Amino acid sequence: MGKWTRRGFITAGIIAGGGLIVGVAIRPGNRATKLSKHVTGDGETLLHTWVKLDNSNVVTAIVPHSEMGQGVGTALAQMLAEELDADWSLVEFEEAPAISEFANYPMGKGMLFAGLDIPDFVVPTVDGVLIRTAQALDLQITGGSASVRATGAYGMRVAGAAVKEMLRIAAAEAWQVPVDQVIARDSQMIHEATGRSEPYSAFAAAAAEMSPPASPVLKTSDEFKIMGRDVQRHDLPPKVDGTAIFALDIRVPNMVYATVRRAPSFAGGVENIDDTVTRSMNGVVDIVKLPPADVSALLGSFSSAESVAVVAEGYWQAKQGMNALRIQWRATENDRVSSDSIFEQFDRDISAAIDFKSDASEGNVAASIADAAQVIEADYRVPYLAHTCMEPLNATAVVKEGFCEIWIGCQSPLSFRQAVADSLGFDVENVTLNNCFMGGGFGRKSRPDYAIQAAQLAAKIGRPVQLIWSREEDVRQDFYRPAVQSRFRAAIDQEGNLTAWENTYAGKMEPAAAPLVPYTVAAKKIGHVPSPTHVPLGAWRSVDHSQHGFFTESFIDEVATAAGQDPYEYRAARLKHLPRQLAVLKKAATEAQWGVPLAPGRGRGIALQECFGSIVAEVVEVTVNEGDLSVDRVVAVIDAGYAVSPDGMRAQIESGIIYGLSAALYGEITIEDGAVAQSNFHDYPSVRMSKAPAIETYIINSGEAMGGAGEPGTPPIAPALANAVFNATGQRIRELPLQNSALNV
Amino acid sequence: MTVVTVNGIEQKIQVDPTTPLLWVLREQLQLTGTKFGCGIAQCGACTVQVNGVAMRSCVTPVSAVAGQNVTTIEGLAPGPDELHPLQQSWIDEQVPQCGYCQSGQLMSAAALLAQNSSPSDDDIDGAMSGNICRCGMYSRIRKAIKSAAGVQQFEPSAVDFLEGETNG
Repeated sequence: MGKWTRRGFITAGIIAGGGLIVGVAIRPGNRATKLSKHVTGDGETLLHTWVKLDNSNVVTAIVPHSEMGQGVGTALAQMLAEELDADWSLVEFEEAPAISEFANYPMGKGMLFAGLDIPDFVVPTVDGVLIRTAQALDLQITGGSASVRATGAYGMRVAGAAVKEMLRIAAAEAWQVPVDQVIARDSQMIHEATGRSEPYSAFAAAAAEMSPPASPVLKTSDEFKIMGRDVQRHDLPPKVDGTAIFALDIRVPNMVYATVRRAPSFAGGVENIDDTVTRSMNGVVDIVKLPPADVSALLGSFSSAESVAVVAEGYWQAKQGMNALRIQWRATENDRVSSDSIFEQFDRDISAAIDFKSDASEGNVAASIADAAQVIEADYRVPYLAHTCMEPLNATAVVKEGFCEIWIGCQSPLSFRQAVADSLGFDVENVTLNNCFMGGGFGRKSRPDYAIQAAQLAAKIGRPVQLIWSREEDVRQDFYRPAVQSRFRAAIDQEGNLTAWENTYAGKMEPAAAPLVPYTVAAKKIGHVPSPTHVPLGAWRSVDHSQHGFFTESFIDEVATAAGQDPYEYRAARLKHLPRQLAVLKKAATEAQWGVPLAPGRGRGIALQECFGSIVAEVVEVTVNEGDLSVDRVVAVIDAGYAVSPDGMRAQIESGIIYGLSAALYGEITIEDGAVAQSNFHDYPSVRMSKAPAIETYIINSGEAMGGAGEPGTPPIAPALANAVFNATGQRIRELPLQNSALNV
Repeated sequence: MTVVTVNGIEQKIQVDPTTPLLWVLREQLQLTGTKFGCGIAQCGACTVQVNGVAMRSCVTPVSAVAGQNVTTIEGLAPGPDELHPLQQSWIDEQVPQCGYCQSGQLMSAAALLAQNSSPSDDDIDGAMSGNICRCGMYSRIRKAIKSAAGVQQFEPSAVDFLEGETNG
């Protein structure tokens, strides 16, 4: 076996039957700190992107990301097939299983290479490309809109190009012709001079003996034939006839069902349970107290509190049994906390500015404010938000003789597997995790609390357990988008020029750049103060951009208004140094007929936000009729560098807009007596068909580095909507959701 | 014992008669295409048809459908290897994202089209607003319903569905 180089490799090998498999791998010691704890053992590595070419000439992309609706497999397969010059009808893809061959090199060797001794197939890194993979990538985690821009750009395309080069060389040797005369087209190797043509698979075994090229040449965008084309998603046919298998649909023989409840105010455990009634109920198997669990994930460590489960022969029986339980929860100091007290705390902490940490600082803000013609000040607030994925949290687990198998839909299969192993005291090799289609994720399914509960129940009961959370538990035991308060002060001169931008807010997660503004300003001071509460926090579609997009893009509108200028023109005048942003903003204004007068009672608002490598502008048109708000139309423009799957990108933007619109109109988790007051879709509503605006999405292919699509559609919708309401009514919206305003939404 | 006809097959079911139809479908009959979303008839993921009318199975006791005809997503297509026009238009318009709500969306839409072969936007709002899609694919659902309604006015086999490209 060849030597591993410092950071990464392309690897190749032969699979049973003579097929070819190629992977792009990264190893311990790489710079992705989130990865390192999972890849620590001697000889262990993470095999990131696998490509299989089998005897029937079918290419399979093995995708290390989870399908939660975003069509990730299709876009990644397009990228692979493009570089490989594959016939699209011969391309398939599957999600990488959360098992060791994808993280552990020796096991992978044993299984995938069928005991063959591996030739010198490990080659140096590909021009640092894999360093970038290691930085951007994180095991099998799906989030940060990273799939296409990291796995696709640095993994799939590299692997596809490498395979093609190896197959061409193999064909040239077999035919005894110069390699530059061998053409790869539609999964066939062709030699025109001699009229030869054979399928890729004919050369798979020979290619598997080669060292992959160190620097396969990637295509330029003018050569793309499959990338940039609308192709039908492979995962949709089973999603229209009921055959798609979500975790909730797993059936294991002798399975029982369970449901859980955790302390309403998050901390504190069970003081006392009266289960007399429940134990007498038909079908109830057991009542189980589960210990606190470590559910640390991407955004900080967290331990979730003790929970109580009712296990029964059917879910309905478990649910009825839970309703009949009388649980007394231990009192905690959180029990006095309310949303009001939390916002009072934020307000105090922002004013005190103790432990202020700077995000950006430039020029002399105090001097600019002292010299200002006008100073504009405002405080903005957003509430906690739940994710409410359509599929309530659930997992099915079997624990037997030191082994655990679990079926789940999650955004981070390998870290879930580790968490389950840790909670059972098992070696991670003894846990098998099957990741199913996810009925939504949005960030919630990156915390493994529900996986741990299912595994512990299965261990305790001694039968397979399907744990299903009620919707009420899902709403009340989430890891919430933070509630945030943000205080602004801006200065303008006599001509309305922005001379100072000052912003202090309470609470920060990531990305660090979320509160920054793109507009030219002489002096700025942006930063945050800590103001922790007991409410569990997590990543919510677009993470900190969802709140800061609303704050900054609303406040710049206030500044433009104070300057007596058009909010679009005001922004555009301050984006001359950022041509991509300016182009996106202009396109949105043009497509939305910005400046064409609207009837009385109607209004337009605009907003711009860059996040996850993509720039999105949205223009919203509203009608306010006797206080009734209607969101009529949304025009969205995205520059994500290059759209691999344009219709998939449009779908993601539409989705991000509706998700953000639900939050802007209705979304509010409030805290009363330390606990969440809402419980289900009647008091935590979503946009429905009758309230859904027409959405037009335009794509700019700037050719810059690829950005994400899953999250960037969300941040601009709330500010564009609030600005449109201001345009229609003169009423400035500084708090969400809009249903708390004077408007009927 | 409760006797219900599900997708044309008579089923004899031994459960507490107050058990919601949803759980009988999913656990007793292994028809897992019908989904659990909220349990209180707010989201529509559990929508089935009872005698052709869209119903939320999560709040319908199985006893209430004794002797009735229940159709689930598994019974929506006219036959094996065939698709209901709505299922085809769902694929043509690339409607689903996560797909979890789509069984319910399709059952509501099919009930609408069975009653009203060319629904207006208001008709679609009325019939479909009980079904939440957290992926927010409402404009695609609306378009797919209209396109299927168009298909239904003609011989379905006369319509050529292009494989591969949508260029939408």
